[in-house]
Amino acid sequence: MLMFAISRVLRAALTILFVMTFAFVVLRLSGDPALQIMSVDAPPEAIAAFRKAWGLDRPIWEQYLSYIGRALSGDFGKSMRDGRAAFDLVMERVPATLMLTLPALALKIGIGIPAGIYAALHRNSLADRLTMAISVAGFTLPSFVLALLLVLVFAVQLGWLPASGSGSLAHTILPIITLGTAGAAIMARFTRSAMLEVLGQPYVRAASAKGVSWQRVITRHALPNAAIPTVTIVGFMVGSLVAGAVVVESVFSWPGIGRLLVSAVSNRDLAVVQALLMVIASWMVAANLVVDLAYGWLDPRVRAAGAH
Amino acid sequence: MAMHEALRAPPSRFRLNLPPLAVSLGIAWIALMIVVAAGADVLTPYSITAFDLKARLHEPLQSLGHPLGTDELGRDVLSRLIVSIRMSLLIALFGTLIAATLGTALGFLAAHFRGRVEQLILVAIDFQASMPFMIIALSVLAFFGNSLPLFIGLMGFHSWERYARIARGLTLAANEQGYAAAVRQLGAGPWRIYGLHILPNIASTLIVSMTLTFPEIILLESGLSFLGLGVQPPLTSLGNMVGYGREYITRAPWILLAPSTVIVLTTFSISLLGDWLRDRLDPTLR
Repeated sequence: MLMFAISRVLRAALTILFVMTFAFVVLRLSGDPALQIMSVDAPPEAIAAFRKAWGLDRPIWEQYLSYIGRALSGDFGKSMRDGRAAFDLVMERVPATLMLTLPALALKIGIGIPAGIYAALHRNSLADRLTMAISVAGFTLPSFVLALLLVLVFAVQLGWLPASGSGSLAHTILPIITLGTAGAAIMARFTRSAMLEVLGQPYVRAASAKGVSWQRVITRHALPNAAIPTVTIVGFMVGSLVAGAVVVESVFSWPGIGRLLVSAVSNRDLAVVQALLMVIASWMVAANLVVDLAYGWLDPRVRAAGAH
Repeated sequence: MAMHEALRAPPSRFRLNLPPLAVSLGIAWIALMIVVAAGADVLTPYSITAFDLKARLHEPLQSLGHPLGTDELGRDVLSRLIVSIRMSLLIALFGTLIAATLGTALGFLAAHFRGRVEQLILVAIDFQASMPFMIIALSVLAFFGNSLPLFIGLMGFHSWERYARIARGLTLAANEQGYAAAVRQLGAGPWRIYGLHILPNIASTLIVSMTLTFPEIILLESGLSFLGLGVQPPLTSLGNMVGYGREYITRAPWILLAPSTVIVLTTFSISLLGDWLRDRLDPTLR
């Protein structure tokens, strides 16, 4: 188990380094930041001063090393727009995003998993077909369309809930429903297929053949085994807690990470984009790492294969 | 956008046992969309930029000339919709083809050379799979700015890793089987082996994956265009129309409902078709 854990941690660290390098390389490939920020007809002295201030006049490997060093200590430079530290700008948006994504995650798990289990246990019943039809619809309906439909019905027509903005609990309801619905559909789909797969296994047949009650077969034999693939998708959803609401936050003008990302991208505020990329990637990688370790803990076969 | 990301996780055994009627309706819708996209120049009653200030914000069917109504500049919604369908389908088509070609080629390379090349490709696959593609796309757009060729190329990087994984896995399996070894023994070069023998054998799995990628790219493109970061005006795409119609949601909801319906019906039809094809074509999922 220890070897398995160490190999996973090393891989996670490698992925982070890869993301940092990706950001650095893409940034440098994209042209001279000095010319992008300053106008074309800026005086050469001003451009030279800008280059010196941002360290752009040093050799590329030196820039890379100092970039990695600073990034590791959370220093991504200042927002080229308002001069505040990019990392702080990003971190202060995290709570707002979590206010939407955490309840949405609860919704996804709370509805999706029971619905998937139920559908699998009553395969081809009306309830199963209905669950699956809703789940396909939930997958093909883009989040911004669902969001706007909800706004149209509950804010414009009925006037029950605010259409956008933040400040009260009522503002969070529509975004949370938007995020939760699509996720619950995916969750149900995965849980159902994981469950069906397990129910077809010989050990389930063996257990019921030796006289174990069906209820016990489900709770002791089927569910724990079906939990393994389900953990992956839950882990993925935990990983997208920080960055999973880009579109929805924009629709509802919610001041979270996603909207910061969209505005930083359209303003080409590169320091903020880099800081966002790192925070999002670190969170994703950490979530994946936990999932991998949980896998190893849940399933001895993975542990044995992963150590080599 | 977390929803299509999620489908990259483990292969699902899920099959939609809908009657073929739903599938045929889906195919009919896709065919209609293809005809509309191909004949866009002939079919559009008005130019997409032609405005008519006397006919602003007409409701659908309010005036005979504008069956789907007009927007706040009096531009014909139907004409804009037709041109948007062409744009969105073209981007999704090119994106899917680029992703499939790139991914399959890398998968073949990994399986052919093994060793370092394979490790490098696997690390790239891991990286791609560990980051939500929307975030990668947004940062590339931030760094490079936006232009249509760049945007289409970017869409081509969506889910290439799925094809790379499939192509590598199936090629490794095929190399163990008799037929690949047989043509190799007969002196065929790698181009011939991969292009004429292995590719046809794994094509069905790749095609099924393309039915997943295509709607995903439509959703991704429309999401980015909706945010104002995808297709830029004066060009128009389905997501663009929704994003723009959002400002008139109270007064003229039809501006955004028309493109939204097209997006949903198209992605839904392709998913139905894909599920059905998967049952029929893909032996690895049986």
